[in-house]
Amino acid sequence: MYEKDGEKYFIVDSHMHYWDASPQNWVAGQENFAKGWIECFHAYQSLGPPETHWSIEHFQKYSEDDLMSDVFDKGHVDKAIFQPTYLNSWYSEGFNTTEKNGALAEKHPDKFIVNTRFDPRDGDAGFKKLKENIARWGSKGVKLYTAEWYGDSRGWTLKDPEAYRYLEKAQSLGIKNVHVHKGPTIWPLDKDAFDVSDVDHAATDFPELNFIVEHVGLPRIEDFCFMATQEPNVYAGLSVVIGALMYARPKFFAKVMGELLFWVGEDKMTFGSDYGIWEPKWQVEGFVDWDYPSDEFSDYPRVNTDTKKKILGLNAARLYDIEVPAECRLSSDAGVPAARDDAALVSEGSPAKAAV
Amino acid sequence: MTASGLDTPGPLARTLFAALETVRDPELDEPVTRLGFVASCSVSGGAEDRTVEVHLRLPTYFCAPNFAFLMVADAYDAVAAVPGIARAVVLLDDHFASDAINAGVAARSGFASSFEGEALGELDELRTDFVRKAVMAGTDRVCRPLLAEGRGPEELGALRLGDVADSPDLAHLRARRQELGLPASDDAPLLVDPLTGAAVGIDALPLHLRKARLTGVNQEANSGVCRGMLAARYPDRADRADHADHTAAVGSTALPQL
Repeated sequence: MYEKDGEKYFIVDSHMHYWDASPQNWVAGQENFAKGWIECFHAYQSLGPPETHWSIEHFQKYSEDDLMSDVFDKGHVDKAIFQPTYLNSWYSEGFNTTEKNGALAEKHPDKFIVNTRFDPRDGDAGFKKLKENIARWGSKGVKLYTAEWYGDSRGWTLKDPEAYRYLEKAQSLGIKNVHVHKGPTIWPLDKDAFDVSDVDHAATDFPELNFIVEHVGLPRIEDFCFMATQEPNVYAGLSVVIGALMYARPKFFAKVMGELLFWVGEDKMTFGSDYGIWEPKWQVEGFVDWDYPSDEFSDYPRVNTDTKKKILGLNAARLYDIEVPAECRLSSDAGVPAARDDAALVSEGSPAKAAV
Repeated sequence: MTASGLDTPGPLARTLFAALETVRDPELDEPVTRLGFVASCSVSGGAEDRTVEVHLRLPTYFCAPNFAFLMVADAYDAVAAVPGIARAVVLLDDHFASDAINAGVAARSGFASSFEGEALGELDELRTDFVRKAVMAGTDRVCRPLLAEGRGPEELGALRLGDVADSPDLAHLRARRQELGLPASDDAPLLVDPLTGAAVGIDALPLHLRKARLTGVNQEANSGVCRGMLAARYPDRADRADHADHTAAVGSTALPQL
């Protein structure tokens, strides 16, 4: 919990990792990729405040103690949601797997939620693994990478028939939240890997599932917003948005937040630190203090304490049925966090809804 | 400028720089020179065999290879066309696909054959999509000051390009519209559908302007991230405008060390 000026904020870090990218974990022959990947992540960290920068050695592999301290002790986080990233072709034991995350979560009960993943190209064997992971780790969410290579395949889309089979299966096994990575990536080479139109289809056909688009489609925020405004069950995952822009580019951050608040709405935006890229502490504290820097932004939706409480934790808490202490809840007239129909632009008759 | 073979940055160097200035990052819609993507440009040889060698660099090892390919190929075309240049070598440094891109551009083969088995087609459509986005973002840059003056969407919808005071932003918008074959003369509407070129109808104006603004914001934010990442990767060459907001950098003289 984070307390400031008498207000108490329940913090859910809905997108974070526990990875091992140390040279000992690099696959022989793939060192350039393994090294290039983690160096690229490390460069992203440089967009945060200088006092939060880590050495590359520390960044490649941080310890359990580092994570617990950075996220919970210093970082104000009440509940953290692990999002796995496998990258087994580059990292022998995987970069950040369900198992690695789950093992840590088991040592610290009530601190974590362990999401898993699936890839529709895994066929029936993948079903079995998905079922095992959900049973073993109690996963309520999955993280999907549609742009990942796999043998001869150069990515997949959520509207593929196989993907629909997996979504049906996942839903029947208790998955509620589908985090889709639509952000900085390298694959596939020629298609636009940031295309979000597949989320549009799946969100319409799976109205019981929530689709959280991580990194809000950066670098294609406009495509994401045009799509999200039409779908009541599409959410904006703010990982990278706060981390990469709030400190380094405050003016752009204000504009991006203003646009997201306009198109998507405060009930449908979720905080994620993307730890270990960035520590949550400065992001949480900075965001609680944040407001538009000048009158230039006067035609964007306003932000208040309730806006920040929703984004920093209450929206994700609702998506994941996390109990929120009474003292951190919203005042009674502030609406319901994560409400699907509360985003202004999804209501009937709004200009965006009508014309997009 | 590392100008081996040239005494000082003379007319040839200036011409080469001007040629590189025409090369844009298709996504950010800014010249590679201003983004700091030109690491070096050197000339060697005599009048008979004068060779220009350009090195490009990008914000990350994993920047999208499709855009990278376009920039390297465009840079090759730009400098190879400079009078007096017998041979051009353009190399992308420090990128996971450097070898494939450099070899493909040098052989003048297209994107698909440079990445055989990994790419399905050429990049014309991708480029066109991004010029359309550039038209929307450019529309926002031209319209924002007008809106700030208190003019409403309907008033903007009635304006022709010739009604707007000349500015670099307006010239930029016209150029992008011309590239797409959209109307760009003085009597063309200020607000057009970037797909069809048709004037935007009155009812659609507020949303059109909102979309233009969002597209502009996205482009600026990306540019901010890219500049920050480049500065982290090549700190010795950090764009001086980096930690100011980007609007300040546009039109700045933050030129690469040619």
